[in-house]
Amino acid sequence: MRRIDLSRIPGARWGIISSPYLWMLLFFLLPFAIVARISVAEAQFSIPPYSALFNWAADRLTIEISFANFQWLMEDDTYFRAYWQSIRIAFYSTLMCIAIGYPVAYTIAKAPPSVQPTLLLLILLPSWTSFLIRVYAWMGLLSNRGLINQALVGLGITDGPIQMLNTNFAVYVGVVYAYLPFMILPLYANLVKHDNTLLEAASDLGARKIITFLRITLPLSKNGLIAGSMLVFIPVVGEYVIPELLGGRQTLMIGKVLWQEFFNNRDWPMAGALALVMILILLVPILIFMRVQQKELEGRR
Amino acid sequence: MSDTAAAQPSEIRTRQRVKKDAMMSIEQVSKEFDGTYAVDSVSLEIYSGEIFALLGASGSGKSTLLRMLAGFEQPTSGRIRLDGEDLTGMPPYKRPINMMFQSYALFPHMTVEQNLAFGLRQDRLPRHEIKSRVARMLDMVQMSKYARRKPHQLSGGQRQRVALARSLAKQPKMLLLDEPMGALDKKLRTRMQLEVVDILESVGVTCVMVTHDQEEAMTMADRIAIMDEGRIEQIGSPIDVYESPKNRMVAEFIGSVNIIPAHIEADEEDHMVLSAADLPVPIYIGHGVSSGIDDRDMLFAIRPEKTILCTEKPDGEYNWAQGTVSDIAYLGGHSVYHVRLDSGLVVQTVLANTERRTPRPTWEDVVWVSWDSDSGVVLRN
Repeated sequence: MRRIDLSRIPGARWGIISSPYLWMLLFFLLPFAIVARISVAEAQFSIPPYSALFNWAADRLTIEISFANFQWLMEDDTYFRAYWQSIRIAFYSTLMCIAIGYPVAYTIAKAPPSVQPTLLLLILLPSWTSFLIRVYAWMGLLSNRGLINQALVGLGITDGPIQMLNTNFAVYVGVVYAYLPFMILPLYANLVKHDNTLLEAASDLGARKIITFLRITLPLSKNGLIAGSMLVFIPVVGEYVIPELLGGRQTLMIGKVLWQEFFNNRDWPMAGALALVMILILLVPILIFMRVQQKELEGRR
Repeated sequence: MSDTAAAQPSEIRTRQRVKKDAMMSIEQVSKEFDGTYAVDSVSLEIYSGEIFALLGASGSGKSTLLRMLAGFEQPTSGRIRLDGEDLTGMPPYKRPINMMFQSYALFPHMTVEQNLAFGLRQDRLPRHEIKSRVARMLDMVQMSKYARRKPHQLSGGQRQRVALARSLAKQPKMLLLDEPMGALDKKLRTRMQLEVVDILESVGVTCVMVTHDQEEAMTMADRIAIMDEGRIEQIGSPIDVYESPKNRMVAEFIGSVNIIPAHIEADEEDHMVLSAADLPVPIYIGHGVSSGIDDRDMLFAIRPEKTILCTEKPDGEYNWAQGTVSDIAYLGGHSVYHVRLDSGLVVQTVLANTERRTPRPTWEDVVWVSWDSDSGVVLRN
């Protein structure tokens, strides 16, 4: 069989290396630049609903930049509250995902290797159903005439239905439910690699199980915890569907505000500014995440 | 010693520090895994201050036995006592025993110092005490310079020193070594064997080690237990197990040996004569096998280095064989010759290369192999 020597094809090397960059350029950087540009434009009743991005008239290129949106964003505390609540909900959801996901990941990692694939499959199985349908299912469960309330009333535990749907509680339930696999999988991937003899060594040196967990297992799973937390925290901050369907009037998350600006108010520049600020806010955890990943790669050597 | 046909009490020169009092006694210990016995009613005593090696092939049960001493496995039956105290059922973290793992099991997220301090912190020692002890241990293994390094920044030999220091830091009554040299390359291995023994002697700790490497066991240990299929085949000093193997398994496991089926013709107090179908002349042995053995079909075992290769027919009516050279392994210091006897049996013999480039027997030469009357042993079939 003749092997194809790629290095002999002109430009093959360049083509292979540049293709992911090209992809990023076309589908991430360019749209991002457009959003950034729109965010400093002004809203108009036109199609598209914003002022011209640039003007070419009389051999002059004029680019009008308005920071009014950003100024408005600072002044109106609705946006600030929306950001703050998004971050808070994302933060507490992440903590809850850790609280539930860590024991689950730990149990799977400690299970006999023959049953581990089955247990992992059970974690992933729900995601074979559409995300939206699963959120609707939660609506059915949590609503005042839903399964949970009917059971509570039927069993005589409560006199009337408890308002659960359209509250922040429902948002937490939905978010934790939907994002739990993103916590469990990286944690499992980390925990399953742990060397069992380290635990034996700790025990041999006089550490009880709880100390061994706190001083060996937990610190060694730090990278898995960070990876899982980022995978939950970052998308939850911008989550739209869950607060829209399960949340109530008290739920003010940035994804929902963004949607309102974009579709209800048709204020694309404002929506663009909101998106830009959100990305800047999320950039901090993303950079931490990347640094940790880099460290882990170096650590493995 | 019922198995022994050739009981030759060898002069055991145990080190001075070894007292002959049993520090640990292992009584009828068995371990069953899914119906098979990994360790099968093993009883033995470890003397205080000695280095005791469990030697065996993989699957012989030596590691399982060691893990039961550490407390990672519980025996299915039997007792383990240390200084009279029953350890059976005691969890590892309560035992005054520490182990150096084959993989060293250093905590990767801790520095060398923190690794050493880990065990001491579990004892809730005062901080300055921990600090000075860690410093002392690091000094002992000559790793003080590397106190702040993480394990992955160390070489294999350095990691081993840290692992040894960590396992000695708590001043355990007994130290367990699991394949201590298993992760090192051959050159480093020989150096570290002696270095580790020196450290263990300076500390004076009683030590049980597990190894599959007979050279390692013989270099490091005062006594060796040969294990096979969960049972102990023989316990003795390195000289004992090499020169007076109890049975065929031990003889074949330690070093190389020629085994020749033989039949006892005469068994007197001061000598015995055996006939062997593979040999043209009978075998004469300068001592008798007292115990009244009914079975007269035995095995004659002789180590290659105790035979002499000659190019002329030896005088005498005993203890030689004739054959042709079928294989030569030139190993520098000596050569191993495989000589095919007329019966088809191949015996190994060793020729020391004391001179450079002298003429030596070569392939297909007719040669004779002879031995002294005390060079071989008789084993039960």
